[in-house]
Amino acid sequence: MAVVGALALIAPHLYGNTSLLFTIMTFVVLAEGLNLMYGFTGYLPFGYVGFFGTGAYGTALLVLHTHLPVLLCVAGGGVASAVIALILGPLLRLSGAYFSIANLAASQIIYFVVSNPDLSSITGGPYGLKLQQIYDPPASYAAMAAILLLAIAIAGYFRMSRFGTGLRAMTEDPVSAALAGIDVVRQRLIVWLASALIAGLAGGTYVWNLSVFYPESVFNLQISVFAIVFALFGGVGTVIGPLIGAVILYSFYAVIGVSAPQYFELLYGLLIVLLVLFLPNGLISLLERKRIRVF
Amino acid sequence: MSSEPLLRLDAVGKRFGGLTVLDKVSFTVAAGEIVGLVGPNGSGKTTTINVISGVHRADAGRILLNGVPVQTRPGFRLARLGINRTFQVPKPFRSMTVRENIEVSAHFCGHDQVDIAAILAETDLAAHAGQAAGSLTVNQQKMLDLARALATGPQILLIDEIGAGLNPQELAVVAILLQRLAARGIAMIVVEHLLDFLNRITERVIVLGAGRMLFEGTLRAASQDPDVVAAFIGG
Repeated sequence: MAVVGALALIAPHLYGNTSLLFTIMTFVVLAEGLNLMYGFTGYLPFGYVGFFGTGAYGTALLVLHTHLPVLLCVAGGGVASAVIALILGPLLRLSGAYFSIANLAASQIIYFVVSNPDLSSITGGPYGLKLQQIYDPPASYAAMAAILLLAIAIAGYFRMSRFGTGLRAMTEDPVSAALAGIDVVRQRLIVWLASALIAGLAGGTYVWNLSVFYPESVFNLQISVFAIVFALFGGVGTVIGPLIGAVILYSFYAVIGVSAPQYFELLYGLLIVLLVLFLPNGLISLLERKRIRVF
Repeated sequence: MSSEPLLRLDAVGKRFGGLTVLDKVSFTVAAGEIVGLVGPNGSGKTTTINVISGVHRADAGRILLNGVPVQTRPGFRLARLGINRTFQVPKPFRSMTVRENIEVSAHFCGHDQVDIAAILAETDLAAHAGQAAGSLTVNQQKMLDLARALATGPQILLIDEIGAGLNPQELAVVAILLQRLAARGIAMIVVEHLLDFLNRITERVIVLGAGRMLFEGTLRAASQDPDVVAAFIGG
């Protein structure tokens, strides 16, 4: 954590494009947040972006309608996402693709509600919201770094604690886990809420940094896809896997996707195929194959 | 001292859609008692232990542990109360070591102080303690299911076809182990097709046929009961 925190603080002094650094960090947070759910319970939240968007709108509405400090508004956005996750809790009765698709549908429902022109007076509808009054890139960068450390700390807890051992057991066999005395439903719900909270906090901080945003900016399904691919590329169920995956792949996207977008999709697709064929457990599995213990 | 048996099933029923799998099944099990549960395939033996262990919820009737109704409680609570089981097809946490499998069960059931070395020795798994559970043989995995259940401090164990696939020497060892556990006060319901094995560990059997209780008594008497004979060989 200290290394990641130091890197996040030093990076703006070594590389001038702080906007790109902020976006990379946002995706590192999302990949790590998604990893909490997928890596530690086996439930793939395809609609993860729904929590990101909810956090963004929750934060923005608090900024616009209250006089709370920005950080509290961001915290409120995170809580709003956790509340949505709680409401969607019954989805956890589903498993596999059924859960992923239901979660995807739920994120789309939130998106269509928020972008509904009839709700323009509240959510801004398709025209989005403006938060120029709180625009503060250095502060939002520091907040995103703090959320990253929080996500890493939670993943570390899941990886190292008895609670995490319970998660591992549940992922392998939920029936046996229950017979081992593990409250499978409660543990899975806790992870689900933690994962949603991280996405919500990231969404709130993201719009703090943007200051002007539209529903498409925070509910774009590509955000979910990126978080999933980045986490898988690095290696889910570990702490550093999603971090490495997001940094490498988003940097790759920033270089190729911007300079040669016509080749980007092709190269990205090829990368995913190669990943599934040769490294289904992500880059981190290369170290595990050499018996190097990874965190 | 209460006269209430350790476990009482009172007219327990279970349906899967239009199929009645258990119909008014009632019996009791005392502490330290071994009860054999036999019947042809599809008679409801495994469903009986599934509803007792909370894997499935009974649709009708009551299940009482020490006089307290537990039929609506989830499996993890039943495990913590002292109801545990093994599976016909063993279900270990495959990527964990044998020791980790046992530690998880002990910890989450509040029995961190349990003597894991003793359980490993008792189930003949001491030499495999550091091995991944998925690399064990099926018979060793069955013993691991039992070891995990023992780590939860069970009052009653539901044993699902532990003898299948064992040779006579291995069966004898398991029979002695189950009798030793019963002597410690742990009650057991043993689902088994191997009648010689059952005969060695208990005198009391319950025979199920098409979800109904056909017979309760000694194995010898069961073999002469016309309903039991009809259920097994048709009639």
